[in-house]
Amino acid sequence: MIEIHLRHRQGAFVLDVDLALPARGITGLIGRSGSGKSTLFACLAGHLRPTRGCISLRGRALYHSEAKIDVPPARRGIGVVFQEGLLFPHMSVARNLAYGARNVGTEFWNEVIAALDIRHILDAKPARLSGGERQRAAIARALMAEPELLLLDEPVSALDPGLKARTLELIARVQARTRVPMIYISHAPEEVRRLCDQVVTMQDGRVVSVTSEGRVGAPYAAGTAAPELRCAR
Amino acid sequence: MEVLSPMETSALLLSLNASAWAVLWSLPLAVGFGWLLGTRRFPGHAALNALVHLPLVLPPVVLGYLLLVLLGRNGVIGRPLNDLFGIRIAFSGIAVVIACAVVGFPLMVRAIRQSAEAIDPRYARAARSLGASEPRIFCTVTLPLMAPGILTGTTLAFARAVGEFGATITLAGNIPGRTQTLPLALFTVTQTPGQEAEAMRLCLLSLVLAGAALLISEALSRRMGPQGVSA
Repeated sequence: MIEIHLRHRQGAFVLDVDLALPARGITGLIGRSGSGKSTLFACLAGHLRPTRGCISLRGRALYHSEAKIDVPPARRGIGVVFQEGLLFPHMSVARNLAYGARNVGTEFWNEVIAALDIRHILDAKPARLSGGERQRAAIARALMAEPELLLLDEPVSALDPGLKARTLELIARVQARTRVPMIYISHAPEEVRRLCDQVVTMQDGRVVSVTSEGRVGAPYAAGTAAPELRCAR
Repeated sequence: MEVLSPMETSALLLSLNASAWAVLWSLPLAVGFGWLLGTRRFPGHAALNALVHLPLVLPPVVLGYLLLVLLGRNGVIGRPLNDLFGIRIAFSGIAVVIACAVVGFPLMVRAIRQSAEAIDPRYARAARSLGASEPRIFCTVTLPLMAPGILTGTTLAFARAVGEFGATITLAGNIPGRTQTLPLALFTVTQTPGQEAEAMRLCLLSLVLAGAALLISEALSRRMGPQGVSA
């Protein structure tokens, strides 16, 4: 399970999330701009320390305000893929992939490269790649570290419709083959419905619904009381 | 007929040698300060920034005098160095290197700081999420991305050091063959009637060196691009 029970205040904005998700498949996180998706992304990845609460992944506490647990990003086991990919520009794609890889050239390595169709660009520098290739390489780089959870922050939003569809297809394929659970953040419901096993909708810093199989269903109980007591420690 | 006289050759070599050593010794410190000022916010940031850039706006003679107060035979640092180890800095070759390093340092830090500021902090976040430690991120991601600034800063500092006059004459004096650099040699010949040809030669030499340094700096930053990547 991925347990997220936290509250974060940033000026007038308050993020108040009480959520438990299965650590499998692809979970879509949708909401308009300012709904709190990016703040939640930053809290999960460890880029932002929530005001209070807790986050745990498969029973391991990553953040717990009361227990003073705050696992640094490098040891969270959470991979991140940013909107622009952000491959290290001075390294080839292969060196980018090897940067965090547990093992280079293994079956897993080859599986990820094949699933994302990036073998032909391994020797290229990121500046030479198309937008779609760059995103696929960024996803591969994050997966090579064999994370327990992968966060994708609007990875196809800058791509044209054709490339977008192809990239979504490859994301689904690599998830099915590697079985790394993913949280896919987007403001485009159609992308998320197409790709995700379940959808979490956020609005004004709160979760307003959680569905399965990509359908918008009954509202999720967005709890507010003593969130930190719910997490595994 | 020789193009340069022995005095001119000696001044040229001393200038190049002292400037190279000055840049080499101050580079690690400049990278540290440039990175710190460009990527971190802390109490005293503005004061440290001002202190680092002070040599850029202070009259070089003032700098030379301050260095003399510190490093002279009776200086705060100079006296114990002399008493304990017999090291005399003022009016020596080391004094030339120190004067050159101090005047070139802010130019180097400035270029490196600007380069560090331009790096998207999410590169480091991506590296962290891949399990990299902070020293590894610095060496494998931050430093290569700062490379254009490091090269530009180094070249500019070298050019500035080659042209250094005020701080050098105050701290190191004007001793031919020992501390007389190119600008000091030029100053000496301009004080001597009938040496207009020598003065012009040294002047042209200074122009060529400064121009070459600027061209190299420009070519390097263009070749490396904004993120240290060869296109």
